[in-house]
Amino acid sequence: MNNSKKSMLKHPLAFAITAAGLALSLSASVQAAENGKFRIGVVTFLSGPAAGPFGEPSANAAKVLVEGLNKGQLPAPYDKIGINGAEIEVVIIDEAGGAAKQVEEFRNLVQRQKVDAVVGYISSGDCLAIAPVAEELGAMTVFYDCGTSQLFKEDKTPQYVFRTSLDAAVDNIGAARYLSKVRPDAQKVAGIQQNYAWGQDSWSDFTHSMEQLMPKAKVVESQMPKVFQGQYGAEISAISVKRPDIIHSSFWGGDMEALVLQANARGLLEDATAVLTCGESAIDRYKDQAPNGMIIGGRGPFGAFAPDNALNRWFKDQYQTAYKTAPTYPASKMAQAILGLKHAAENAKVEPGKIPAPLEIAKAFKGATFESVSGTVKMARADGHQAMQGIAYGEYQYDPASKKGGVQNVIAFSGECVTPPDGTTALDWIKAGFPGAQCN
Amino acid sequence: MMSLFAVLIDGTIYASWLFLVAAGLTVIYGVMRILNMAHGSFYAIGAYAAASLVGWYFNNGVGPVWAGYLLMLGCALVAGLIVGLIIERGLLRFMYGRDEVLMVIITYALLLILEDTMKMIWGVNPYFAYQPYAEMGRSALAGLKVSNYDLMLVGISLVLGLGLWLWLERTHQGKVLRAVIHDREVAMAMGVNVRRMFTLVFVLGTMLGTLAGALTAPAISVVPGMGVEVIVLAFAVVVIGGMGSIEGAAVGALLVGLSRAAAVHYAPEFELFVIYGVMALVLAVRPQGLFGRVLARKI
Amino acid sequence: MRLSKTELILLGVAVLLAAGGVIAPQWLVFLLTMALAKAMVVQGVVMQMRAGLVTFGQGLFFCVGGYAVGMSGHFLNITDLALLLLIGVGAAVLLAMLLGLLMTRYREIFFAMLSLAFSMILYGVLVKSSALGSTDGFNVKAWTLFGWTPASGQAPLALFIIIVACSGLLAVLLHRYSRSSAGMMCEAIRENEVRVEYLGQSPRWVLYMNYVAAAAVSALGGGFMALSAGHIDPEMAYWITSGEFVFIALLGGTAHVAAPFIAAILFAVVRTYAIELVPHSWQMILGFTLLAIIVFLPKGLWSLFTGQARRAKA
Repeated sequence: MNNSKKSMLKHPLAFAITAAGLALSLSASVQAAENGKFRIGVVTFLSGPAAGPFGEPSANAAKVLVEGLNKGQLPAPYDKIGINGAEIEVVIIDEAGGAAKQVEEFRNLVQRQKVDAVVGYISSGDCLAIAPVAEELGAMTVFYDCGTSQLFKEDKTPQYVFRTSLDAAVDNIGAARYLSKVRPDAQKVAGIQQNYAWGQDSWSDFTHSMEQLMPKAKVVESQMPKVFQGQYGAEISAISVKRPDIIHSSFWGGDMEALVLQANARGLLEDATAVLTCGESAIDRYKDQAPNGMIIGGRGPFGAFAPDNALNRWFKDQYQTAYKTAPTYPASKMAQAILGLKHAAENAKVEPGKIPAPLEIAKAFKGATFESVSGTVKMARADGHQAMQGIAYGEYQYDPASKKGGVQNVIAFSGECVTPPDGTTALDWIKAGFPGAQCN
Repeated sequence: MMSLFAVLIDGTIYASWLFLVAAGLTVIYGVMRILNMAHGSFYAIGAYAAASLVGWYFNNGVGPVWAGYLLMLGCALVAGLIVGLIIERGLLRFMYGRDEVLMVIITYALLLILEDTMKMIWGVNPYFAYQPYAEMGRSALAGLKVSNYDLMLVGISLVLGLGLWLWLERTHQGKVLRAVIHDREVAMAMGVNVRRMFTLVFVLGTMLGTLAGALTAPAISVVPGMGVEVIVLAFAVVVIGGMGSIEGAAVGALLVGLSRAAAVHYAPEFELFVIYGVMALVLAVRPQGLFGRVLARKI
Repeated sequence: MRLSKTELILLGVAVLLAAGGVIAPQWLVFLLTMALAKAMVVQGVVMQMRAGLVTFGQGLFFCVGGYAVGMSGHFLNITDLALLLLIGVGAAVLLAMLLGLLMTRYREIFFAMLSLAFSMILYGVLVKSSALGSTDGFNVKAWTLFGWTPASGQAPLALFIIIVACSGLLAVLLHRYSRSSAGMMCEAIRENEVRVEYLGQSPRWVLYMNYVAAAAVSALGGGFMALSAGHIDPEMAYWITSGEFVFIALLGGTAHVAAPFIAAILFAVVRTYAIELVPHSWQMILGFTLLAIIVFLPKGLWSLFTGQARRAKA
């Protein structure tokens, strides 16, 4: 007995050492770090329900853009090869699995894969968890999609963390402003949100904005179904019986498409106007299943709302050729983050072909103004770490002849009109009646 | 009054969908004692098969509308047959007699594998095959607009439930199956080919799963991960009703469906807890579920 | 206190591991810290598996431990690591003492489903709590230990050494527990509960104590996870998280107290490389690994060692 126990226990020891050794030797095989290439870790959803609407377009955009950059095909000012003359290499990681796992994978990207910058993150929870780690490791990090207002409230003195996407509050302030222009007489407002942080925050920002901008409109119903539920029969009934004029929803992905389909089939969208803050991401799939006049947003001047400039034309063409569909807003946002990174790295004042250190990139990124597929982006908030851009809303319009959906009656609001100034939280700013907002 | 009526209608529709999803799970557990974690994946496979084929059928205007419905059902059943046979013949039959919990883990591994297999076949982009849902139009029931497709689901679910029950209670094969459920070893000793019964039941359960997916597909957007979302729901329904009982699954589905609809209408705040609340409550009062049998303890 | 040979070896491995942490790359140190934190939760799962109960809701105590640590830091400004972990364990023990009264009435799949239900109810409550960040969760404040604050960048390594020390101690304690009369009783209950009753023992009482102890061990893991990841969210109580713990428990097997640690480390290494090398189908790799283990090593990885031992003896 004693004997067998002893031999039993020699093995786990041997095993632990072998496992550690194996891990070490594998890590040694990742030697690409010193090959002179600019390595970017791209983190986005490759599995789960967010992969289709967000993850895949984002990953595709990164591939198209990096390929174009490496060949020097982009229009000026991005016609320099790669980043600062160094070829770009992309490491793609799946964002699924929760914040704790993402912290682990982020450390692996930075310390094992030795990437020069990380671009990614859709989930707000992931962004919140990654930010302090990025600051601790001194790793250049660009968040391209997550919308939490908490980000720079937690990371008070950001150094290495940047966000080129907009705060989610902007979506909902913009939605309320659009409504006050096109439906000033609306009386009854209902909402349906996914029951998690995103939905709860969106609804709170929207209802408070409505109180300021359309004080006569009253909230008659608020539904919070579980995220990814897919079936909204009961919710649609509950909203229907209250006969609202406006239905606000921050749904995204499959949930949003299912909601539109089911609500439309049951006549709810004929009686009420839906406002979908993420509506643009399914613009190619609604076909005639969404009513004309449904109000959709693209979380900024992205996708169908992106302006017509040389950069965007190039991006749309390349994306269309490669993937047979137009880039939706997540794709534009990914492109924007990588372009911002390139802009900063090339303005870090190191000699061509060299890869600047994270701190040098960060210094150049701070407060920068750069051209993007969505027009000019100013890193004008959170001490120069948060992008400020305008937002646009429009009405969905389906053209049966070409079988394509589009937007019309687009109204764009400038960044100064919908973004709270530094030092004020979005909610306080809304409640105070948007002091200092400059609207066109 | 209006909303009470709406609760009844919504609850019944949701319950019929829950029953469709849970039926296959409870049949497989009842006979084979396998708590099939991969059942949600079967559901997703059915949904993908239906959405991709039906979408192609309607977008290209291949044939008449009614044939689209047959195509939807047909491809779900074929997909279920193939997947069920592969899994049962290729893997599960080597595992019979193992611990019940180990079987759960085997199906968990299957779930992981099937999730990625589906991603390889269909990609991550959503599939949208709304035509069967939209074509049927809607009716107004006392002022409440209801989709006819949803009402059809209630009918299908009733027919299916009744059919399963009659099959189990009134046919010879059903009797044999009940014998297997009651005591596998004695049934075997009496000359029942238990293995063949297992194959039959597993394939049937898989087909019920894919059918549920196919029937749901037109009303939703088919996306990766949709199977994982329904599995816990189906579990809850089956546990509430009593594992392995068809009538239990029906009652469990109604209970969950109605409580959920009531929560949505009267207290949306509690919607998230309803299912687990009902489950915990039922188990606290009747540990074996509403229609579960109390097993004699063996010494 | 006399240590047996097994216990000496366990502690020896811990010392070696801690020493290895000093020279290992930082990402590996972090990966091992997370793996060991998870292994503690898995220990809780295994403790109940030994008594024949499979829980699909151990995420409940994992989450309670994590949130207790995070919230004590945020609302009570407690930063002392030892005190934080103690609060986490205490919270879990209190909850387990309450739930245990109900849970111990259930066996088999009903135990599994009821544990899942409780865990999901906590998940629902947390998702509803916007003060705690809802699904986004919140960041955990930096820790100190008895007045000592680790220098910037040193915290991960320090935490690693602490968790290795705790794991070593825990392993010794659990090893003794599994050899104690209570531990043996658990195995007897798994084999045949009715006979245990006939012998004049109360299976419910034994299972109750075991349930509470398992909750405490799991909460410790949750606390360490919160401190090392620096962030907590309701996902910790989600059923998929609990499923992963069962996965790791089976991977290792229940034969030896070291098995969950080895399995958790192996799981972390396989997963991180699967994510890196095949980002689109890493789940499939995990699935096939699990199937292979069930088919070829039904008693878990540990049977590799015992199998060898038997052959060596023969």
